[in-house]
Amino acid sequence: MKIPISYIWRSLWTRRLTTVLTLVGIALVVFVFAAILMMAHGIETTMRDTGYEDNVILIRRSASSELLSQVGREGASIVKTFPEVSTDPNGKAIATTEVLVVITLFKKESNNLGNVSVRGISPEAFALRPAVKLAGGRMFQFGSHEVIVGSSIIQRFKGCEIGKQISFSGDQWTIVGVIEAEGSAFESEIWGDVEQLMPSVGRPVFSTMTFRLKDKNMFDALKQRVQQDPRTQYMEPKRERDFYEEQSHAMSTFIMILGTVVTVIFSIGAIIGAVITMYGAVSNRTVEIGTLRSLGFRRRSVLAAFLIESIILSVVGGALGILMASVMSFVRISTVNFGTFSELAFGFTLSPGIALSTIIFSVAMGVIGGFLPAVRAARMNIVTALRSS
Amino acid sequence: MSLVAIKNISKSYWRDSLEIPVLRNISFDIPEGEFLALMGPSGSGKTTLLNLIAGIDRPTTGSIVIGGTDIGGLGETALAQWRSRIMGFIFQFYNLLPVLTAFENVELPLLLTKLSSKERRDHVEFALKIVGLEERMRHYPKQLSGGQEQRVAIARAIVTDPTILVADEPTGDLDKVSAEEIMKLLDRLNSEFKKTIIMVTHDPRAAERAHLVRHLDKGELS
Ligand SMILES: Nc1ncnc2c1ncn2[C@@H]1O[C@H](COP(=O)(O)OP(=O)(O)O)[C@@H](O)[C@H]1O
Ligand SMILES: [Mg+2]
Repeated sequence: MKIPISYIWRSLWTRRLTTVLTLVGIALVVFVFAAILMMAHGIETTMRDTGYEDNVILIRRSASSELLSQVGREGASIVKTFPEVSTDPNGKAIATTEVLVVITLFKKESNNLGNVSVRGISPEAFALRPAVKLAGGRMFQFGSHEVIVGSSIIQRFKGCEIGKQISFSGDQWTIVGVIEAEGSAFESEIWGDVEQLMPSVGRPVFSTMTFRLKDKNMFDALKQRVQQDPRTQYMEPKRERDFYEEQSHAMSTFIMILGTVVTVIFSIGAIIGAVITMYGAVSNRTVEIGTLRSLGFRRRSVLAAFLIESIILSVVGGALGILMASVMSFVRISTVNFGTFSELAFGFTLSPGIALSTIIFSVAMGVIGGFLPAVRAARMNIVTALRSS
Repeated sequence: MSLVAIKNISKSYWRDSLEIPVLRNISFDIPEGEFLALMGPSGSGKTTLLNLIAGIDRPTTGSIVIGGTDIGGLGETALAQWRSRIMGFIFQFYNLLPVLTAFENVELPLLLTKLSSKERRDHVEFALKIVGLEERMRHYPKQLSGGQEQRVAIARAIVTDPTILVADEPTGDLDKVSAEEIMKLLDRLNSEFKKTIIMVTHDPRAAERAHLVRHLDKGELS
């Protein structure tokens, strides 16, 4: 590259209206691209953080979600006695048998019905999920028709404030407290006593049981024991983190596919825009190219100059796009969780990996968009170029 | 021995399959230190001949030997390097890069050399001083008059200290006064700095400055 960078830079500045319009086009595409990656990442983070490393969830073998899982009382009691299960000082297993059902409530925003997960829990649930904390009101009393609601439920659904009553399955439930869970999926749930909930919704068996391992390396031993006992064989233990991450896979994959399709279409538009801009730049500067070549500048210098010009456009546009996308990390939105079919609130999470992919994506647009025009500039015959004045 | 030896060159352009002969069997020599004016009606092939000598175009047949180098034998890269050492270009419309200052325009050919930026600055300032524009080196082309632009272009042509200056109608776009100044400058470059100058012109007053005038007509030299 012998052609000075100031030539490239000032050529962009000279046609600043075109430059700015091209930049905005590229920035918008990059914004969409980054936002989609951030969304998929946000969902995976939310779901993964919902699980703990040494927690194990027991589900029915081959049940693809908590909703479809069934764990009988007998099986649950047997697993609680397994030596790998952590116990409290009194020898009681640290385990929560739970039931998960979906109810509908009215959304604040649209006044439409939306699905909400209601989780019946055992008292040990809080010990197993230290991130879940009471943020207002009080804890519900076991043995009563009281519930506590996740903080994002209060924001998004009507009539979910402390003191209000919600009704489902023909019963009335009083809201007595609010829980927060560091942004995890529990913030999108309602919790009550499992033993009150089961008869009310007419479910004779639990959905799942979650318990803590004495040591996280004991997982394989536990798994073997569950598989060998004929009374527990129909169930399958999974590490909680793996389980929740699997749950989010379907959704994040869907978003990635949809997002990729949208981005590809948009980026074709942006690339065509860049091609047009750069072809314009080349034909406006035909005499300049001829002059540079007469002075002894090589074809490849001309090629590099125009390619770099296009890459500068795409990198600056890309940086703008990432900047716009980073504003999205202050936004939380909700969508239907494919695992439970209920609403899940999540954020857009920007990671260094996403920033890198985004920059690579925008440079690729610059290279693709600038290549043909740059080749045309480099291939020009000197005499013909000089004659075009 | 002459600096430029042109032997039996002809040049044709093709439009579709139709051959358009522009230069026919031209031979002549230019000694070192010559100030040659090429005259002739428009379309007679003056620019084409100049471009062949300058090494930015190639003849259909014949050979051009300059300073002992047969430039027909040089590949594209070698020819580009050769041009940057031997040739200084002066165009009718100056062909300055509008986004670069006078200084940066003059510096351009030096970017192809191994000179340090300090050495480049000295060369550029010296060249601008010769053309009398050292005060204007921060100006952009559009802030200069036509005559001043052409003088910057001349500074760019001489900054590498080339052997030959090729000028295609250097006064063609200038008023009388500016044209006169440019011609004086070329005269001085020839007499004082010993540059061989090959100039295409329409202007008889410009041709008067030259030591030798050759006429081209319908692709033939007289
Ligand atoms: N690249 C080209 N393709 C086709 N014809 C050309 C080309 N360049 C020059 N010519 C033709 O060659 C002839 C001589 O052109 P030129 O050398 O520019 O003449 P002059 O400089 O004497 O006016 C003209 O008829 C011109 O149309
Ligand atoms: Mg001409």
